[in-house]
Amino acid sequence: MTARLPAALAALVLLLLLPLALRDYFLHIAVQVLLWGFIYTAWSMMGRFGLVSLGHGAFLGIGGYVPALLWNHYDLTPWLGIPLSVLLAALLALVVGYPATRMRVVGHYYALVTLALSQVVLLSMIALRDMTGGSLGMTPRSAGRASWYALQFPEKSEFYFLALALWLAGLALWLWLERSMGSKALEAINEDEGAAAAIGIDVMREKLRVTLISAGLTALGGGAYVQYLMYVNPETVSGVGVSLQIVFAAIAGGMYSLLGPTIGALLTIVLAEGLRVAFGTHFIGAANTIYGVLLVLFIIFMPRGIAGLVEGLLARPGRPAAAE
Amino acid sequence: MDIYLLEAVMNGVLLGGVLALLALGLNLIFGVVDVVWIAYAELVMCGMYAEWWLTDSAAWPVLAASAAAIAFVALLGVLVHLLVIAPILGSAPINQLLATGGLLFFLQSAATLLFGTDFRNLGLRLPVIEFGDIFISLSRLIAFVAALLGAAALYLFLSRSFLGTAIRAVAQDREIMGLMGVDQRRIYLLTSAIGGGLAGLAACLLLLQYDVHPYIGLTFGPITFMICVLGGLGNMIGGFVAAFIISQIIAIAGYYVSIEASYVLAFVVFIALVLLRPQGILGK
Repeated sequence: MTARLPAALAALVLLLLLPLALRDYFLHIAVQVLLWGFIYTAWSMMGRFGLVSLGHGAFLGIGGYVPALLWNHYDLTPWLGIPLSVLLAALLALVVGYPATRMRVVGHYYALVTLALSQVVLLSMIALRDMTGGSLGMTPRSAGRASWYALQFPEKSEFYFLALALWLAGLALWLWLERSMGSKALEAINEDEGAAAAIGIDVMREKLRVTLISAGLTALGGGAYVQYLMYVNPETVSGVGVSLQIVFAAIAGGMYSLLGPTIGALLTIVLAEGLRVAFGTHFIGAANTIYGVLLVLFIIFMPRGIAGLVEGLLARPGRPAAAE
Repeated sequence: MDIYLLEAVMNGVLLGGVLALLALGLNLIFGVVDVVWIAYAELVMCGMYAEWWLTDSAAWPVLAASAAAIAFVALLGVLVHLLVIAPILGSAPINQLLATGGLLFFLQSAATLLFGTDFRNLGLRLPVIEFGDIFISLSRLIAFVAALLGAAALYLFLSRSFLGTAIRAVAQDREIMGLMGVDQRRIYLLTSAIGGGLAGLAACLLLLQYDVHPYIGLTFGPITFMICVLGGLGNMIGGFVAAFIISQIIAIAGYYVSIEASYVLAFVVFIALVLLRPQGILGK
């Protein structure tokens, strides 16, 4: 335990110095890992308590599109647009989460309702093609230079620090949630909802709190992602595909650990990029084929993900990790 | 009544037939094995590619290729159960759902790898039939009739045959049936094969009307889950009714607004209904 703080500080210094050492391409990958790591961390805040949402594509879509639309059509700075989209995502999470908790929609039903939710956002973005550009996507109007007002930074290294700060904030929130009473309450609810309610846990409040935080942060991540890429299309931020991608990366990395979701982001992005570089564009499907097989294997053999495996090994050196 | 609206309603009914068939397969697997195959629509995609490949590259006649495609997807269903579901049958239900989600990624990208992202079709040109002032495409009519025949055959099998009875019995109480000497493993495999076969049949019927591409599963998958949940997961008659309700919403809203808006409406209706009646429209 005592070695943790110095190690974390050393890692932070390394992360701060990273832009000096990396070429643009690798820096681009680093920014992506940080941003997706943030989004996956946000998902795992509820996923690890059995609230397996396949609807985070909806919140990501709102975060991606709303600030860009407000900026392009109403000249509203992302400084207002992004918080607005975060509120909107939290509101949507409330509208669906309240009745879902009330009616005890859990497990399969919860997963499928949230999956429908992400389809709603995806199809709405396509249907509103006059404003959003439909399936072709849209580009936030460029400020032409680095601008705090427009939250646009053409230099990758500048955006890197922004992404790093966001990611660190996400980790801090994860830790805060982990140490709060709510975390214990949610564990109890996940084990047995009826029993948890019987000992006085406010099931509705605990579930909604973590759902709203997770949804809001996901929208925030979506906003940052679009400000970075300066491009958004419906499929990359909403719908079934991206919702499943979020769930899988979080699980593969390990949704029960602080760094698990980030490890998931690192693994999936490096795998995809590596296979893309290795095979070129001849085998467009190669990366995801391997990815799909890995996911199935992970869920069957390592439901706690890579981070869970490493923690198991560290906890009992020399012995295999405890089986789940 | 507006003639085009009538045409939209008719097309909705015809689409409903194929969706009902898909929902039946998924519901059967859920009812018996207690697993949601998120990759179910991707199995349909595999069937479509199999039929297309056999007619296009191997020059088989369409009917033979259809039969082979159905058998192929039935086999895939067995493999899905053996390789993905069986090892985690005892773990949390959500893990099984997610494992078949991994399969979704795998099948989608394997199809991209094998066939590229081009849209493929059988190149069949079936005539359009005229009923008075309404035009109905023959391919849709064939698909509708075949889907109903498939559903009827499944119904007869489940209600009249010994194995069908065993399947229904396992769906009702898996523990007791184990004690009564029913081999659950065999029943699960058989159910997965039938579920796969239904996906194969749906694939052949969809290929009459639609092009196949690696992402086509995303077009039909979400609606199929929706239909199953609306009918009450595992409730086959409920699923059958829900298929026609959803396809009417899509057809009529598609006629008045736009096709995307109609799907948005269908999904919103779905979310609202599940939150108000989680047991399904026909549930108690």
